[in-house]
Amino acid sequence: DGEVIYDGRINCRLQLGSFRLCDVSQSGNMAAMMQFPSNVSTFNNYNDLYPDWTQREVSTGTTIMAVEFDGGVVIGADSRTTTGAYIANRVTDKLTPIHDRIFCCRSGSAADTQAIADVVTYQLGFHREELMAGIIVAGWDRRRGGQVYTVPVGGMMSRQPVSVGGSGSSYIYGYVDSNFKEGMNREECVNFTASAVSLAMERDGSSGGVIRLAVISEGSVERRVILGNQLPKFSTV
Amino acid sequence: MDRFSLEGHVKGVSTGTTILAVKFAGGVIIGSDSRASMGGSYVSSKVINKLVQVHDRIYCCMSGSLADAQAITRAAKFQLAFHSIQMEEPPLVKAAASIMQELCYKHKEELSAGFITAGWDRKRGAQVYSVSMGGMLVSQPFTIGGSGSTYIYGYVDAKYKPGMTRDECQTFATNALTLAMGRDNVSGGVAHLAVISEKGVEHIVIPGDKLPKFNDK
Repeated sequence: DGEVIYDGRINCRLQLGSFRLCDVSQSGNMAAMMQFPSNVSTFNNYNDLYPDWTQREVSTGTTIMAVEFDGGVVIGADSRTTTGAYIANRVTDKLTPIHDRIFCCRSGSAADTQAIADVVTYQLGFHREELMAGIIVAGWDRRRGGQVYTVPVGGMMSRQPVSVGGSGSSYIYGYVDSNFKEGMNREECVNFTASAVSLAMERDGSSGGVIRLAVISEGSVERRVILGNQLPKFSTV
Repeated sequence: MDRFSLEGHVKGVSTGTTILAVKFAGGVIIGSDSRASMGGSYVSSKVINKLVQVHDRIYCCMSGSLADAQAITRAAKFQLAFHSIQMEEPPLVKAAASIMQELCYKHKEELSAGFITAGWDRKRGAQVYSVSMGGMLVSQPFTIGGSGSTYIYGYVDAKYKPGMTRDECQTFATNALTLAMGRDNVSGGVAHLAVISEKGVEHIVIPGDKLPKFNDK
């Protein structure tokens, strides 16, 4: 049993699997009491002979989000692709154009979603789009303006003003529910999306890197990147 | 490891819950929902009180298996009363949290319950401690727990500010509970809040229809 008092800036992170329990980052005095039972060896099966990433599939384990506004949609995603505990790509682009003004955000197995996105892009040349699992499709067309359609695993499809997906999305349902307002303008939507994805990246170990955004409207597709040091900041505990 | 996954895998009656505790200037607010469910498809009680008073100014809220949690809190309450008599003064919140932690850790193989202990004592004022299922004890300015807490991590990270007043804190806690109950099917019912400070404890119950509304279509 002990008290630990830190003086000066420290960063301390408690992580259970892929979930960050708490981050402590402060300057000045901070007393934190931590007791770790001594016989708890590992949270993951860890074998020195075979690194974690040789035994795991590549997954986008991600946070994706799309919001409608009057005149278009804003879509956003983090940029981390993991193979187990190894980050295979820290600047992934998960926002895939499948047509001029239609994007899809991918979450789940990287290989599967890439294959599906390719199929869709091909099929669009012939039919109306067929929708697939674990993906948010968002874009603009002349008939209905900005639209967001969510297709979760299982194949249901529904149009929603705002949709979040991926492993990081669980942590931001509360934030999205409380902060979404009908009739936001373009900049408000961008800030809302960036803040939400940033909060999810803070808590989900499988989401991180930079935030990639795309604002799709009649005139154009504007792509933005928010780098790590420019992420919206919230008071950390 | 099952133990470290969400409370949804608990046998028997589970509290499958949302609990939280937040410090403010001069006290602490501890809150929970009121639903007890079995397996996520049957609600065995709509109005249980998950806030247990283990001493005058110290409350615990339970998550995980209801049976285990009740047994642990009863044992802790007894030990704390005894300790308080021996010391001839009200117990420290840290002492209460340590007792819970010891029980959880010693019997970690048989038990599956997690707690948030919060209260006020003369030595350190308002404090919040989180005792997780395996027996880890952490002190934080605020903490959330239970299956419903996953959905509000983003919200509490964004909205928490250190040094809130009591009313801001109450709004914060109520909103967080409401949002979690709105998304988690094993959390719901009424919101129980207990406001603990030097002056005493105030227990507030907010029924479902009086909870704030967020984009409810």
